[in-house]
Amino acid sequence: MTTAKQRRWWHGLFRNLNAKIAAIPMIFATMVIFVGCSLWTILYSFTKSKLLPVKLFTPPVEFQFPISLFNRSEDGWFTWVGFAYQWNGFEKLIVTKNFVGLAQYDRLLDATRNARWADSVENILFYGVFSLTFSFTVGFILAALIDQKVRFENAFRSIYLYPFALSFVVTGVVWQWMLSPDGIQDAINQFGAWAHIGFLETLPFKLMASGDTVIFALLLAGLWQGTGFTMVLMLAGMRGIDGEIWKAARVDGIPKWKTYIFVVIPMMRGVFITTLVIAASGIVRLYDLVVVLTAGGPGFASEVPAKYVYDYMFARSNLGQALAASSMMLLTVVIILIPWMYLEYGRKKQR
Amino acid sequence: MTKSIVTPRGQKPNRISAGRIILYSVLVVAAVYYLLPLYVMVATSLKDLDQVREGNIFAIPLRASFDAWVKAWDTACTGLYCEGLKVGFWKSVQITVPSVLASIAIASVNGYALSYWRFRGSEVFFTILIIGSFIPYQVMLYPLVIITREMGIFGTLPGVIFIHSIFGMPILTLLFRNYFAALPVELFKAARVDGAGFWGIFFQIMLPMSIPILVVAVILQVTGIWNDFLFGVIFAGTKNWPMTVQLNNIVNTTQGVKEHNVNMAATILTGLVPLTIYFVSGRYFVRGIAAGAVKG
Repeated sequence: MTTAKQRRWWHGLFRNLNAKIAAIPMIFATMVIFVGCSLWTILYSFTKSKLLPVKLFTPPVEFQFPISLFNRSEDGWFTWVGFAYQWNGFEKLIVTKNFVGLAQYDRLLDATRNARWADSVENILFYGVFSLTFSFTVGFILAALIDQKVRFENAFRSIYLYPFALSFVVTGVVWQWMLSPDGIQDAINQFGAWAHIGFLETLPFKLMASGDTVIFALLLAGLWQGTGFTMVLMLAGMRGIDGEIWKAARVDGIPKWKTYIFVVIPMMRGVFITTLVIAASGIVRLYDLVVVLTAGGPGFASEVPAKYVYDYMFARSNLGQALAASSMMLLTVVIILIPWMYLEYGRKKQR
Repeated sequence: MTKSIVTPRGQKPNRISAGRIILYSVLVVAAVYYLLPLYVMVATSLKDLDQVREGNIFAIPLRASFDAWVKAWDTACTGLYCEGLKVGFWKSVQITVPSVLASIAIASVNGYALSYWRFRGSEVFFTILIIGSFIPYQVMLYPLVIITREMGIFGTLPGVIFIHSIFGMPILTLLFRNYFAALPVELFKAARVDGAGFWGIFFQIMLPMSIPILVVAVILQVTGIWNDFLFGVIFAGTKNWPMTVQLNNIVNTTQGVKEHNVNMAATILTGLVPLTIYFVSGRYFVRGIAAGAVKG
């Protein structure tokens, strides 16, 4: 029985060979990059691996013998990271020298000793909830307004969407300038002085100066860049709805806003969920905007998980800690994805 | 629009209702909010430094000139060098063009194989590929550093091109797979009967028919890769930093006086390529970004 099965399997391997050759990049990307690299990261998050950033960028000299790995080199500790194919050293790393169990997670999640991670998580949660709520509400309203057969529809849509074509770097630079004390604040104050409106002359508007408000600077910039995207998806969803619904609602004398809330929104469930998943997994990896706009400051007030990972990985040479943090990011995305996949799968089954 | 000019004005008196006025005012206010940063960018970049120092970022440039643009392009300092953005621009071109070509070549063939030449396990790989696109890059960052280093391409242009080709795969494969799946299958069957093979059908039938989706893919990839920051910073190496990284270095460099007009000119220059693509090809752009969402 087994031989027959084996033969069949072997025989099938070369059937449709061109398609398999064409799929090699995909198989490589899924197996080696997406699955392999993620597993590697999770595995090494249980170690106390460190690295020297200088060594990283040049081919390391300590390439020959696993034994030299745990010796102090002239630059400090160099541990055996990334030489997994030398099984000798790999085994040592996991079993004896470097394996520390959940210690990295312990350190990561201990809010009293590691306030930076706790702040990062808090920031991204606040940013995420606020930005999803806002971009969904505004995106939906704008889409509904544009859907009213307005004139210059294309012009309005282009204006709302163009920031999405710009990078977070460009977004960050512009808003950094606008939110600096010389920016909007100064313009308001000058206007106040010119129009003799007392409170405007001294009205403070420097979101980035204080740790309490800096997150709103990120939100302002991030929403400017991304709301158009939500709007476009919502608009696509609305256009996909059967026009008969509107006629029926009109015949029944239901006002338009009621139709939107009680008929259109439930019908757009699929669009909402997909937009939510895309937007949420984008928020989890928020990095560029923070680096450019606030650099995590003032203090650590606008730190985010992705930046934590990057800093521990490349600047602080504490790889184990960085990998533990990135594993937590992965876990977050998995928590977002599983209900979505469940829904998608369930829907497909129904068909 | 010409139609509405032709129709008599008195015909639809109920059109200009209070609701209509509110509708348009909301739309216009929102448009102003979205356009304001663009205006500030352009206006500031045209001012000279004296006027920038006077404050009031919304003021119209009095002595408009492109001096700041020239400086941003040619001589602005990134901390180490004072060669302006032009270096980053050419590096971005060198990164973007091969990355776009490679990722589209891979994904188009792959999407074609997935829609017409399925083999056992192909759908599983495709599902993992789509799920994989949601994994935060940070999770795969360090292993990728090791992989590219072992391949000898870490810190080089091929290195960052390799990374972009991988991460462009999920969305592009989805794009091409859905496009090819929507073509009439009789086309494929007829070609098979005529004796055409895998590559024959791809190059002679599928590729000539996929011009629209190729345009969508090119737009999606050019804007995406041009706007990338993270991969450029890590995988390209200091000598090959793309324009986005250079812009950040110019703006956030600590030395000297902050020349906001030069910074804003640099910002426009960096945003110019994706903005031009966006305004020239709005419909295709929308199709590209919606493709991932509409059919997940």
